[in-house]
Amino acid sequence: MVAGLKSTPLRAAHELLGARLIDFAGWAMPVQYANGILAEAAHVRREAGLFDLCHMGEIWVTGPQAEAFLQGMLTNDLTRLPVGRAQYTLLLNPAGGILDDLVVYRLAGGFLLVVNAATRAKDLAWLEEHRPAGVTVEDRSQATGLIALQGPAAEAILARLAQPSPASLPFYGAQEARIAGRQVLVSRTGYTGEDGFELFVAWEETPAVWEALLAEGGVQPAGLGARDLLRLEMGYPLYGADIHEGTSPLEAGLGWVVKPDKGPFVGREAFLQQKEAGPERRRVTFTQESGPVPRAGYPLIDEAGQVVGQVTSGGFSPHVEAPIGMGYVQAALARAGQALAVEARGRRLGIRLARGALVLARTKGTTPGGSTKVR
Amino acid sequence: MNVPEDLKYTVEHEWIRLEGNRATIGITDYAQDQLGDVVFVDLPAVGQEVQAGGNLAVVESVKSVSDVYAPLSGRVVAVNELLKDAPETLNQDPYGQGWIAVLELTQPDEVQGLLDAAAYIQHLSGA
Repeated sequence: MVAGLKSTPLRAAHELLGARLIDFAGWAMPVQYANGILAEAAHVRREAGLFDLCHMGEIWVTGPQAEAFLQGMLTNDLTRLPVGRAQYTLLLNPAGGILDDLVVYRLAGGFLLVVNAATRAKDLAWLEEHRPAGVTVEDRSQATGLIALQGPAAEAILARLAQPSPASLPFYGAQEARIAGRQVLVSRTGYTGEDGFELFVAWEETPAVWEALLAEGGVQPAGLGARDLLRLEMGYPLYGADIHEGTSPLEAGLGWVVKPDKGPFVGREAFLQQKEAGPERRRVTFTQESGPVPRAGYPLIDEAGQVVGQVTSGGFSPHVEAPIGMGYVQAALARAGQALAVEARGRRLGIRLARGALVLARTKGTTPGGSTKVR
Repeated sequence: MNVPEDLKYTVEHEWIRLEGNRATIGITDYAQDQLGDVVFVDLPAVGQEVQAGGNLAVVESVKSVSDVYAPLSGRVVAVNELLKDAPETLNQDPYGQGWIAVLELTQPDEVQGLLDAAAYIQHLSGA
């Protein structure tokens, strides 16, 4: 089942921990460990979970023209991004569809773009195609390991293990540190809604950092299943499921990372046109009274029985203690508190819409170039 | 994997406890482990007639939706109401508190087609 897939440097560690490996964007990745998805998700919100994110792409953009080039490719405003900080941003196509959502870092050595595993090759080709002279685009994905430590205990754990301690690092801030004798870029970012950190480390040194973190009290491994559930509880979209080239930032509720006033960038005109007209549908989150888990593709239905939208992600939340989901509905209905129904295998179940997080975020502060919202 | 000696099994990973003309049905320890955390069980209605090989129930885990097939033909005479409020019971006690339904058999000869524990273990080792 997972033969022929790419392996992260942590695959042997996952197998020893009793992980169930699945194919995720061509990588053999742990969907869960022995404790199971719900327990892993709950542990992240209670203490700290450790995630393998080595499958994600790391693309470096360097050179004297790098900032001007990226200003014309990415939607957020890089001039608001100081050295040592990160920013959530989008790559759009000329029609205004979302090519990828990513985090860009301004570091001493240039710009680091952290992109989705499934879109890495597409992003690289897109950047290469538009790259002017004086800009270098380099894929360092296979040389860069990435693990995340997420949860309320993460800060205290890294304060013990990392020199210097990242305790005073702001949200979406990054700094170099040493952990277990290894050089690590520590970033106060994540995809869980909890305080936490993402650690970039040389590919072959990733297991040493992973083992050092796992040896700390309160740290348990968490798989992609828990990661998906935690991000869904926070209302964060997943590329390929909730957002893709056929969805726009305004439809997806990501207009806050598009800054048309900064000057020209790919997709700007389409964005402004849709802003003028207003999007016809909007992304929403919802909680469901009970019943089957809402799955991608299930229709959303109004009181009159008309289809008014569709589910794009769903799960069962151990924190809301109910089925939850994400999807798109007609813009006029995309209000917090709106009652609708989901049609799940022939039965209709009541849902109540929200416009974002279904669980309170406990991240630290605001992000550069954005509001308090994060990815 | 736990495979009790006194039960019958199917290659679809259901277990059957035969008592006279009645059969209690659930899913095996292997099946619950493969599914992961069960978060919803769609139970049949009491009184419903089912054919061997037809749908009996649906078990949803966080990641998947799986049909539970009726291993035998019969009429549903009881369903496990506990699973409505506590679907995780199916993970915790698949052969006990996590039973799904009881059938009153209409084709008792069909039990000849079920696997015994040894044959099911052999099936698992080949899976």
